[in-house]
Amino acid sequence: MEDKVVLTMRNITMTFPGVKALDDVDFTLRKGEIHALMGENGAGKSTLIKCLNGVHDFDNGQISIEGIKGDILNHSTLEAQLRGISTVFQEINLCPNLSVAENLFIGREPLTKLKTIDRKTIVTRSQELMQRLDLHVDVQKNLEDFSLAMQQMIAIARAVDMDCKVLVLDEPTSSLDDVEVAKLFDLMRDLRDRGIGIVFVTHFLEQVYAVCDRITVLRNGALVGEYPIDDLPRIKLIAAMMGKDFDDLANIKPEGSINSHGEMLIDAKNLGTSKIKPFDLQIKRGEVVGLTGLLGSGRSELARAIYGADKVTSGSIQAKGNDVKISKPLDSIHLGMGMLPDDRKAEGIIDDLSVRENIILAVQARRGMMHLVPMKEQCEIADKFIELLQIKTPSRETLLKQLSGGNQQKVVIARWLATDPDFLILDEPTRGIDIGTKTEIQKLVIKLAQEGKGIIFISSEIEEMLRTCNRMAVLRDGEKVGELSGDMTQESVMRAIAGGERG
Amino acid sequence: MKAAIKKLVKMPLFLPIFSMLLVMAVNIIHDASIGAPIFGFFSLSIKNNILYGRIIDILNRGSETAILAIGMTLVVSASAGTDISVGSVMSLAGGMCCMLLAGFGNTNVSEYVTPLWVGIAAGILVACLCGAFNGFLVSYLNIQPMVATLILFSAGRAIGLLLCNSSIVYVRVPSFQFFGGYCWIFPTPILIAGICIAAMALVLKFTALGTYVQSVGINKNAARIAGYQSKRIIFTAFVICGLCAGIAGIVATSRIYSADTNNIGLNLELDAILAVALGGNSLGGGKFRFSGSIIGAYTIQAITTTLYALGISSAQAPVFKAVVVILIVLIQAPVVRAYFAKHNIKGIATSPKEAVQS
Amino acid sequence: MMNTSLQKPQRRSLIGNNALLLITIALFAIMYTAGCITYASKGFNHLQTFLNILISNSGLICVTCGMTCIMLTGGIDISVGALIAMDCMLLAVGIEKWGLPAPLLIVMILGIGVLFGLAQGFCVGYLEVQPFIVTMAGMFFARGMTAVIDTQQVSITSSSFMSTLANTKINMPFNIGAYMNSKGRLMIPYIRVSVLIALAVVVVIFLVLRYTRFGRRMYAVGGNQQSAALMGLNVRKTRMQAYVLSSFLCSIGAICYCLNTMCGTTTQALGLEMDAISSAVIGGTLLTGGVGNVIGSFFGVLINGTISSLVKNANLISSWSNVVTALLLCFFIVLQSVFARIKQKGNK
Repeated sequence: MEDKVVLTMRNITMTFPGVKALDDVDFTLRKGEIHALMGENGAGKSTLIKCLNGVHDFDNGQISIEGIKGDILNHSTLEAQLRGISTVFQEINLCPNLSVAENLFIGREPLTKLKTIDRKTIVTRSQELMQRLDLHVDVQKNLEDFSLAMQQMIAIARAVDMDCKVLVLDEPTSSLDDVEVAKLFDLMRDLRDRGIGIVFVTHFLEQVYAVCDRITVLRNGALVGEYPIDDLPRIKLIAAMMGKDFDDLANIKPEGSINSHGEMLIDAKNLGTSKIKPFDLQIKRGEVVGLTGLLGSGRSELARAIYGADKVTSGSIQAKGNDVKISKPLDSIHLGMGMLPDDRKAEGIIDDLSVRENIILAVQARRGMMHLVPMKEQCEIADKFIELLQIKTPSRETLLKQLSGGNQQKVVIARWLATDPDFLILDEPTRGIDIGTKTEIQKLVIKLAQEGKGIIFISSEIEEMLRTCNRMAVLRDGEKVGELSGDMTQESVMRAIAGGERG
Repeated sequence: MKAAIKKLVKMPLFLPIFSMLLVMAVNIIHDASIGAPIFGFFSLSIKNNILYGRIIDILNRGSETAILAIGMTLVVSASAGTDISVGSVMSLAGGMCCMLLAGFGNTNVSEYVTPLWVGIAAGILVACLCGAFNGFLVSYLNIQPMVATLILFSAGRAIGLLLCNSSIVYVRVPSFQFFGGYCWIFPTPILIAGICIAAMALVLKFTALGTYVQSVGINKNAARIAGYQSKRIIFTAFVICGLCAGIAGIVATSRIYSADTNNIGLNLELDAILAVALGGNSLGGGKFRFSGSIIGAYTIQAITTTLYALGISSAQAPVFKAVVVILIVLIQAPVVRAYFAKHNIKGIATSPKEAVQS
Repeated sequence: MMNTSLQKPQRRSLIGNNALLLITIALFAIMYTAGCITYASKGFNHLQTFLNILISNSGLICVTCGMTCIMLTGGIDISVGALIAMDCMLLAVGIEKWGLPAPLLIVMILGIGVLFGLAQGFCVGYLEVQPFIVTMAGMFFARGMTAVIDTQQVSITSSSFMSTLANTKINMPFNIGAYMNSKGRLMIPYIRVSVLIALAVVVVIFLVLRYTRFGRRMYAVGGNQQSAALMGLNVRKTRMQAYVLSSFLCSIGAICYCLNTMCGTTTQALGLEMDAISSAVIGGTLLTGGVGNVIGSFFGVLINGTISSLVKNANLISSWSNVVTALLLCFFIVLQSVFARIKQKGNK
């Protein structure tokens, strides 16, 4: 493999309001290599890529690319493309209302002599491209008619087809199944052999070791290091990504088992929505029940069904022994429930309101529109939880959007704690949060359970679940397939998640 | 000094108050230049037991816009859209009221056919129903507010005209003229607008309506998870907007004691929207400042009155209104703000792209 | 797995956007046929009735084409009616009071259209101000300027160029649809120059939307602005260009309008913007952007025209046509909403 550098980024620094997203990061990409960019959520991987593409402006640093003298500064993806950098972003970025063929060629359509678009050529060339990638797609159909996985493959096809020196793939595999991933890897290897430098961002460790040549690790916006793949075994990679705080997390669970003879809080029977098959689930006081499964297995959907966030199509719920009807979140709030949704930005925070207003939101909802919580009480509640959860904010009147992700998450937790719930659903409460806050939240969960609350805990990290949960419900393909309790280990959980077919 | 100015500019009510002061300054300079008393703008006098003065005139004529601005503020905040049907609904409410008072087909009466309160109640009820219709389309069918209200924008006035048998219905009864006339020495519209504003201010102060509406306007999904019934709140905002349009319609009709459906409330929806924007509220929904909208409404009337005082005809006045709108819009434009932020304070400014994405 | 992902979409695209266009055309056909049957005695079934709808709506057709383009990018333009009034007034006053030649004035008007569009487009595209507010300012400005130019109604009488254009009848070839009137004279159906202009606009815009990069870019921007930007398209420029196109087409529409009325007044084309928007919506264009085409909008205008023609024939007052149009608009909007919901469900 020749060691020729195609892309260098030096001393990249970038700040979001109040947060240093990237701090003096270097990145070097060589010709004909697949280079993994690794790091936990919030480490700055996507931000780095967006800086490269001109989606974000960075404060400091230089970027240079082979073939162009001096530093380059992209102001838009268009400029980046012209300079030979083509990118598939994390979220699918194609137009749903255009056909597949148009999505592949828009902005660079072949023209006829009359300077009009040559639709025939577009269609034939798209068909060729799809065939080359072994995708069976009617290219004249609108993009929105295809599954997410297929859309993702089409986005990749578009990037691949452009004449590029650098190909950036930001989490391209999150919505692909094994067969499609294998197909993608074949394609990546093929491109590597043709001398293209590929940046590969992913969360899946196995995929890194399957296809990459080199790894760069970021942590909290700073560079940890660059390693050839052989020098960095899995354990070391995890250590590099998580830092030394890793050990700090162990053993927060109190010794001895928790009183499982508590009052029955929630008893769902045959409950189902359009997104999750009917399931039974029971939660008692003092229990932390984990929902585990792969992304998209129905973890969140199960929790949402109990909470009434999605429309329930079958089954019934008993709360504290009484039959109840939950048709909307407000009903569950009146029953003493609370839910922290997984997508903080979309469903959690109300970013233009102050910390105080966000904290009293659920209390206010429970009391109803006509019974305004008096200002004095609002301030007391807000101050109490800012203190209790150690929310780092200049004042209680600061707008929530000015806080960092971890503190925003704490505010949303405070919103529910303020209602003094009996039963709390925490969906990915630690996602995109620094390690310190993570531990705090985990400790809080255990403390709440000890106080006699029932908790549903959802997380992608099995370690975290093992640390906090007494019992786990396992989900697969939108169905609850079993429960685990007693002595749970990483291996037993993994096996349960994978099910029979994966061994 | 510079910091003080910056702080001042950043004050939430800076825009509406600043424009109001600007309008007053123009008046004073104009008065001075033609040799009239410098503070003629502020002078009040009582002739024939009626209070006169330019300020009174502005408050009086600005009443309808102010009443509409109350409802429009809520709609804009909750739905991130605008209700363009209010002018048309005003006309419909007026038509309904006069039709009942005069009896269908009569165009000129000096006695009520039905009691006054029935007519007024019916007019306001119809307007509320219109609001409910808009609200249903927007909240439960998920239709963009502008498109949903486009239906009543074109139909409302036409239905009003049909109710009045396509002619102007005059109701020449003194008690009907009261709402657009005088109450003791004060013009009644000022009092009605004052009562509406006070009522809304009390509601906002003593209930959680403000929190409800703003939460839904900022993040509908998050509000729902936190126990707020987003659809119902958006629906309510539109009904309140309809109610305001109804009240404004009755006032406007009473002013000319006739249901001139073609002209009542014409283009007033634009003034109401402009009032909300001038009040420093984002038309993208979310946070709102009620007081800003109200000051904005009267500022618009002040601008209009001042233009007339300067000798500009009512047909030409829109040119200046356009200039005002453009200025407001430019001051508020995220790109322009970011540009200034970047050139004043290095490093703190968020990039324009960031602003667009959020 | 492949099979499921291939079968589902077929069902969905059947009830998708083409269906809206088909419903629009079918509705027009039904409405027109019903008119022909009911009002045959009044000559509704004559070809000329249809051609008259085209003639009286020629200006609206041009404006609606422009509106469609803007709506495709997810914007809106409420300044069109006022711009037409300003253009007509300029034309009338230019000819009658300033003594300028009509062709020069026409070129001037088209130039003003482009400038007007540039200003609005710059505010929307580059300054990222809400389209509704920008075009509202544009509307105030144009309507006010009309009054600044002249407050009276000015009729165009002294331009032979204009009157020739306005009075030229273009007979249908081969006497299609010709009939004898009650006095035994052969009546040959005709159209006017304005119709030719309007039809040309429809065809050109249809081709632009389908076969040029600019056209496809407008669809892409309306489909998903962020995606379009990340795919390397110049979103700001595209949005600006859409406004320039709309104002330009609006100025062409103003010429058609002026050929029909031969005058300029301050209240001309009052509320035309809403007619254009409702025609486009009835024609299947979504206000959210990305979906629609000018053929649909063309039929949308025809439906609007047919309604008012029917109302006239029924001896009802003109308000009824507003009410019926609004009902139809309501029907289409609800239909679109239902389709969107089905689609959303299908994707989940």
